[in-house]
Amino acid sequence: MSVFPYLVAGVLFIAGLYGVVSSRNYIHLAVCLTVMQSSTYVALITVGYLTNGQAPITKGAKPGKPLVDPVVQSLTLTDVVVSVAVLALVLSLALRAYRTHGTLDPDEMREMRG
Amino acid sequence: MSRVRRRVLFFVPVGIAMAAVLAWGLVGLPSFGLPHSDYARYFAQHATGQRHTTNVVAAIVFDYRGWDTMGEELIMVSGVMGTALLLRSTRGEEHRAARDPVTSELLTWLRPGMIPLVLLLGLWTISYGYITPGGGFQGGVIGAGAALLTWLAGSYQRYQVLTPDPLVDAAEGGGAFVYLAVGLAGLAAGGTYLHNLIPLGTTGDLASGGTIAVLNAATGLAVAAGLVLIFHEFLEDYTETVPDVAAEER
Repeated sequence: MSVFPYLVAGVLFIAGLYGVVSSRNYIHLAVCLTVMQSSTYVALITVGYLTNGQAPITKGAKPGKPLVDPVVQSLTLTDVVVSVAVLALVLSLALRAYRTHGTLDPDEMREMRG
Repeated sequence: MSRVRRRVLFFVPVGIAMAAVLAWGLVGLPSFGLPHSDYARYFAQHATGQRHTTNVVAAIVFDYRGWDTMGEELIMVSGVMGTALLLRSTRGEEHRAARDPVTSELLTWLRPGMIPLVLLLGLWTISYGYITPGGGFQGGVIGAGAALLTWLAGSYQRYQVLTPDPLVDAAEGGGAFVYLAVGLAGLAAGGTYLHNLIPLGTTGDLASGGTIAVLNAATGLAVAAGLVLIFHEFLEDYTETVPDVAAEER
């Protein structure tokens, strides 16, 4: 038994959150959000891991060995792809903000409005 | 005191509290490497027998939790649409010919060597997605990578020619539409949403899995088209910033 994989997930989440809080640049903020999101992947895959398990593919599987949790893997794989599309949306918002305000700093943008 | 400093000072106690709650939650999870829930065990044991697919993950993505995947796919489609709308609306009307000539010889070698290989790998990953590791989501991303390589090793114009907008838009919408239609067909036949109507076939064959195979292909199409569209929108903006070397020399 080991707590380290969960620890990695926790550290990634808090580190990403710190980045979001201290961010002075929308692109940096988008990257920090994906770091936070990655922590959920680590947590999910960790939950599904089995000591002496094998991949959840029954073709060519060794009999007698248990399969690792396929549910968390399916949740993770769909979200990895979907998060790319969401990241693109966030980045395009950043690009648009830069075009209209000439800055990527959220605080400066607020000051401009007065 | 600057806004950022204030935010960080506020973050310290909140972050510690959050870390504590997170640790508390993680303690309740099953220990690393120990056998897990009955839910997971059920799929691991019965998915192949019930759905005739040897990739248990694909059976869950496109069948047992197919409804969930449809939501994910619609999130992706709306993300792509939002990106396209935002970037297109701020772009100037006049379209200059993109200037991004490839200067690296190594990159031009990529063209005959890598692009067909990557495209083939993408198609292979999609088509065998429910038999061996892979699937529509992963294969779609690899296929879109092949399109991106045509820009890297060729030019943006080439990328535009190979992935014409109307085709990509239709593929993106069509992939999502097929997913919805397959689900509704199950309802129309008197079953539940996404109820399987297609013969399950022999386990391990390409023609197996029933609706899983159809949804897998539709998802692969939608994901590949979605990413190609995202690349297109960002490349369109990028090439406008490339200085016009040829015009300056004239």
